[in-house]
Amino acid sequence: MDAFEAIKATFFQECDELLAELESKLMLLEQGQTDLETINAVFRAVHSVKGGAGAFGLEALVRFAHVFETLMDELRAGRKPCDTVTIKTLLRASDVLADHIQAAQGLAPPVDEERSAGLVHELELLTHGGEAPPVVEEDEDDFGFVPMAFDVPLDEPLPSLGEPEAVAPEAQTGWRILFKPHGRMYGSANEAGLLLRELGRLGPITVSVDDSALPTLDVLVAEDGYLTWTIDLTAAIEEKVVREVFDFVEADCDLTISPLGGGAEPVLAFEDEPPAVLPASDELDIAALLAKAAGGAPAAEPAPVAVAPAPAPEPEPEPAPAAPAPAPAPAPVAAAPAPVAPIPPAQVAAPVAPAPVTIRVDLDRVDRLINVVGELVIQQAMLSQRVLESGLARSSGIALGLEDLELLTREIQDSVMAIRAQPVKSVFQRMPRLVREVADMVSKQVRLVTAGEDTEVDKTVVERLAEPITHMLRNAIDHGLETPDERVAAGKTAEGTVRLAALHRSGRIVIEISDDGRGINRERVKKIAIDKGLVAPDAALTDEQIDNLIFLPGFSTAAVVSDISGRGVGMDVVKRSIQALGGRISISSVPGKGSTFTLSLPLTLAVLDGMVVSAADQILIAPLPAIVESLTPQEGDLHYVGGVDPVIRFRDRFLPLIDVAMTMGFRDTPVVPSEGVAVVVETEGGQQAALLFDAIQGQRQVVIKSLETNYQQVEGIAAATILGDGRVALILDVDVLVTDMRRRSSRPDFKLAS
Amino acid sequence: MKKTVLTIDDSRTMRDMLLMALEDAGYTVIQAVDGIDGLETLAAQGADVVITDINMPRMDGFGFIEGMRADPNHRTTPCLVLTTESDAEKKARARAAGATGWIVKPFDPVKLVDAVRRVAA
Amino acid sequence: MTEANDSQRELIAFRIGRQEFCVDIMSVREIRGWTPATPLPRSPGYMKGVINLRGTVLPIIDLGARFGLETSEPTARHVIMVAHIGGRMVGLLVDAVSDILEMNEASVQPTPDVASDQVKTFVKGIFSIDGRMISLIELDHILPHIEAEAA
Repeated sequence: MDAFEAIKATFFQECDELLAELESKLMLLEQGQTDLETINAVFRAVHSVKGGAGAFGLEALVRFAHVFETLMDELRAGRKPCDTVTIKTLLRASDVLADHIQAAQGLAPPVDEERSAGLVHELELLTHGGEAPPVVEEDEDDFGFVPMAFDVPLDEPLPSLGEPEAVAPEAQTGWRILFKPHGRMYGSANEAGLLLRELGRLGPITVSVDDSALPTLDVLVAEDGYLTWTIDLTAAIEEKVVREVFDFVEADCDLTISPLGGGAEPVLAFEDEPPAVLPASDELDIAALLAKAAGGAPAAEPAPVAVAPAPAPEPEPEPAPAAPAPAPAPAPVAAAPAPVAPIPPAQVAAPVAPAPVTIRVDLDRVDRLINVVGELVIQQAMLSQRVLESGLARSSGIALGLEDLELLTREIQDSVMAIRAQPVKSVFQRMPRLVREVADMVSKQVRLVTAGEDTEVDKTVVERLAEPITHMLRNAIDHGLETPDERVAAGKTAEGTVRLAALHRSGRIVIEISDDGRGINRERVKKIAIDKGLVAPDAALTDEQIDNLIFLPGFSTAAVVSDISGRGVGMDVVKRSIQALGGRISISSVPGKGSTFTLSLPLTLAVLDGMVVSAADQILIAPLPAIVESLTPQEGDLHYVGGVDPVIRFRDRFLPLIDVAMTMGFRDTPVVPSEGVAVVVETEGGQQAALLFDAIQGQRQVVIKSLETNYQQVEGIAAATILGDGRVALILDVDVLVTDMRRRSSRPDFKLAS
Repeated sequence: MKKTVLTIDDSRTMRDMLLMALEDAGYTVIQAVDGIDGLETLAAQGADVVITDINMPRMDGFGFIEGMRADPNHRTTPCLVLTTESDAEKKARARAAGATGWIVKPFDPVKLVDAVRRVAA
Repeated sequence: MTEANDSQRELIAFRIGRQEFCVDIMSVREIRGWTPATPLPRSPGYMKGVINLRGTVLPIIDLGARFGLETSEPTARHVIMVAHIGGRMVGLLVDAVSDILEMNEASVQPTPDVASDQVKTFVKGIFSIDGRMISLIELDHILPHIEAEAA
């Protein structure tokens, strides 16, 4: 990636931050906090997006951001009111802006022309009250910086003066420049000497200075002028090029440029001072002279007027009898003791970094550190076990030292994990937009309340939270909340509330999504479940069990598949994606008052809570989230379908009983079920089965190690881990075991190498 | 001696762009993220040329230039204003505050370096 | 992998049964004693399983079995050569490491037709040193599935 691409990547990264900032500030506006600082923050966010987009030539994005920015400019100037209609439009505009950014990144197709144009129109209506939209101003105007007509070698900030001669060595034509700076020009740190240096770059110059101030032009303001410079420039160039040299100072000087009558004319001599005639030659290096005059260290130079143009008397403002103040330049605003900021520092760096002091670290580095620490933890556990096995007394120095080491190791692991932890804010911030869109689509009034945005969780988990939260919010608005009419009829406010909250609870992150809608219609849910054959018609179910029926595959309460929560995505899919993350989901509901979905997830995907089991001398790990219950098979509960495939009775149902050791080829003959332990598991698809092991050894948090890093995927195995004794143990892929391997258990393709 | 340019912009993208263009041209670049940071950085490290954005949190570019010109050490340090806004009013205000010149965003690295070179003593 | 025509190469020679083989020394990271491996289900017979190499899960291939030779249950005297093959770390189980050799690429003869097809898949060529016949092994094909993935 070249430097330009790297900066572009930075830009898009920054865009994400700016969008988040934009969203949160717009929310403040929506809540009535329409102070200037908030409006300014919105302006700056849009402005920065536009600035960067311009640098990368992202035209569609620039065009949209410009219209957005223009309205914000009106708002911050107080020329247009920041009312509800405007804020609603701004919110939708921020959504379109986000889409434009996505499109510019190539992450999404180009924004729908009509939608973008529609919002542009709305923004312009608010800005101009229906006038013709202004064209995006991308060109430099009269005051803008205009490119010079010659090339500047990039690696040489100060090219030699010899160059221009080569451009037009034969040219005898040139320009006479009369230049009379006003005192103000020096106040902005422009120097006559530097302008001469610029002219010198265009061609050989002859300079004379006149301090008698002879005004030859009627526009001359005599009070400000002390010196008039006459420069004869010998170069066959356009007048425009000469004028560009004075671009910055045009308003602060008098300037006349007239054609030179062929060849360099002698300059007029002045009575009281001999003209400082400078021979135009390669040897002349005004820059060097200036540097010398400045003492060679301009940055550290304390004297305000030390940087003086060498070739002529310094036109300082001070000796001017006409100048009313010693420092004319900052006059209009000079009184402001600028560095005193009235704004508390807390608001300071919002677009820059969330915390006062942060560093950006490549994620790879953090991951590497996490890996090494994972190994440290394992190594430490191995060492402890060895020491224990060696029969050392618990009170021995070594054992005590090891205990301290263990504490330290755990602390290091926690700290390292915390590095990668991120607040769920980044996901929560995307939700207001979703809620707006869904609410619009189903014509409901919804207020989203969020809490616990700063709750931290591992980066990998944060990224995978968005989808389930999105589904559940959609579901809450589409199914949970009533229409405004229904709500009013039920004695509620027309606007429904959906609450999204995050919190830490017993080493896991809990996300709660609650609504104040109608709650679960249990009778209807049960009827659907029975109709669809998901439960037996005579099943006695508790309220809680009925509520949780909605997670069953194939269950969907919407009679008509709506645009929102339809799309073939039911709560069963949500549940599956949560389970894939090692999470759990549950629902509680009060009819008429609303429902709350609670999902809990591990704080990281780098470790897993597992049940350690043994099968045919092998140690295996079963992921805890998949386990329903473990039990010792009783002879009476075992049956053999067709005399071969064993099933076990569990809560009035028969579940297939899978001999894991045999399925995996760890042994050839099945174990007697009643001598083993059955662990009832549930797949992500909701399928239940019992896995037969020899024994359960306990529960443990294990560090997940991929098998694919050095080998390849192994059927039935999700990953590996390293046990305290240093041996590798395999983590079972319960889904594959239950759904796939069961079918083939009687005819293994491979046998384990002996 | 390499000249030092202080760039002040709240946008990381813009700071990176300036850094790339100016370092390629042989300048030493120091950075600040807003006007207050800019004044502090300038006071602490000094600079031969300053390039500042206008719209920034805490203290904007106008505030920065005024603050800079109020410091006798930096009354004659050239300061270029970097802005997407090309309207005359903004430039007049920048000039009134003491800006030496301006660069209209999006800038071309060649133009940028040329502008810096033109004002650098 | 490392290919250098007409230049000296350093090789590690090892024994499987009575036969001697060698691989480029650049692809071997370390040599360690045999430790019991955790077997992988549903794997070909030459996959001895995985071991823990300082936190890395390392697959172990019984090289003799891979070549289709008779092999016995590994003992503490067996050796694992940890090799780098196509971006992966793999442990190769052999009977013993015998020598470090220098040889010229030009001295390698093509594998004679007498060798079985399975051996010929992995043997790039043979050469002799001090009257011993040594087969030069190409490690790229040792992991068949991985080869397919890398393509």
